[in-house]
Amino acid sequence: MNIKKNGHRWHDMGGQDAGAVPQNQHDFSLWEKRVDALMIVASSKGYFTVDGLRRSLEDMGEYAFENMSYYERWIASINQNLIESGTYTLEELGAKMAQVQKRGETYGEANLG
Amino acid sequence: MPHDHHDHLSPSGHPYRADDDTPLSYWQTMEIAVRELLVEKNVTTPEEINAQIDKMDARSPAIGAAVVARAWVDPDFKQRLLKDGSAASLEMGFDVGPMHLIAVENTQDTHNIIVCTLCSCYPRNLLGLPPDWYKSRAYRSRTVKEPRKVLSEFGVTLGENVTVRVHDSTADMRYVVLPARPKDTDGLSEAELASLVTRDSMIGTGVARNPST
Repeated sequence: MNIKKNGHRWHDMGGQDAGAVPQNQHDFSLWEKRVDALMIVASSKGYFTVDGLRRSLEDMGEYAFENMSYYERWIASINQNLIESGTYTLEELGAKMAQVQKRGETYGEANLG
Repeated sequence: MPHDHHDHLSPSGHPYRADDDTPLSYWQTMEIAVRELLVEKNVTTPEEINAQIDKMDARSPAIGAAVVARAWVDPDFKQRLLKDGSAASLEMGFDVGPMHLIAVENTQDTHNIIVCTLCSCYPRNLLGLPPDWYKSRAYRSRTVKEPRKVLSEFGVTLGENVTVRVHDSTADMRYVVLPARPKDTDGLSEAELASLVTRDSMIGTGVARNPST
């Protein structure tokens, strides 16, 4: 399902037809910068590798590319790698996310730091 | 985030976005949870995360521009940069990390442009985080197929006699373009020269500014 007719996986986009290059841009939200920082810090300490990050991103498939933002895909991949490496468990993550959600309606309210 | 900056660029060279007062999303919830778990497990500290953000925020195309300007005024440095981009950048105090940095030189008859068809690999230690279009499907798909057409969308029109070289980056190997030095810049200082070097000129989707414009 993630393999295209030419035998390439979905993320291997070189040479496809596509529309004009979009010129709209945004600067990065604090939460996105934190995702970037988590990636650099955790991978530099050996909790996962850049290849592990890429493998998980590539396994997500095209739907994720079309429907999630860049750093949404990154935090999903970082989390996947950290669970695989046994840094924390799925149960710990679930409990923590439920706890975070109860703190408030917005990112600012839910964030303690 | 200031409200009076609609026409201005953030330090990273991106326009400011609208304030983030939208409801907490699933993925934002996950980011907070992952970060707190990593602190609880003694993987990191809030201070370390903040320091890493400051480090990334401090990176902007001005760093790459300083390297380019040095290469324009110092032929020996230019040779070292073209031979080993990582080592030459480190000479100026810019650590590009474990990845290989390859500088490719634009000349009268060759124009280089960089892309990452697989994702978003970019010389982030020299230029900061990549612009959104660099990560877009359109740029990644078309740059290796019809680079001249992509370049024309960025306002760069090249003569038929100019060879276009497209460089596809990987996680371990990053490219940066050494743009051609503009004409009539003989009397300019290194700092003045650096001010002519745009982000896009180091990606290859632009050229260095002419001092008269």
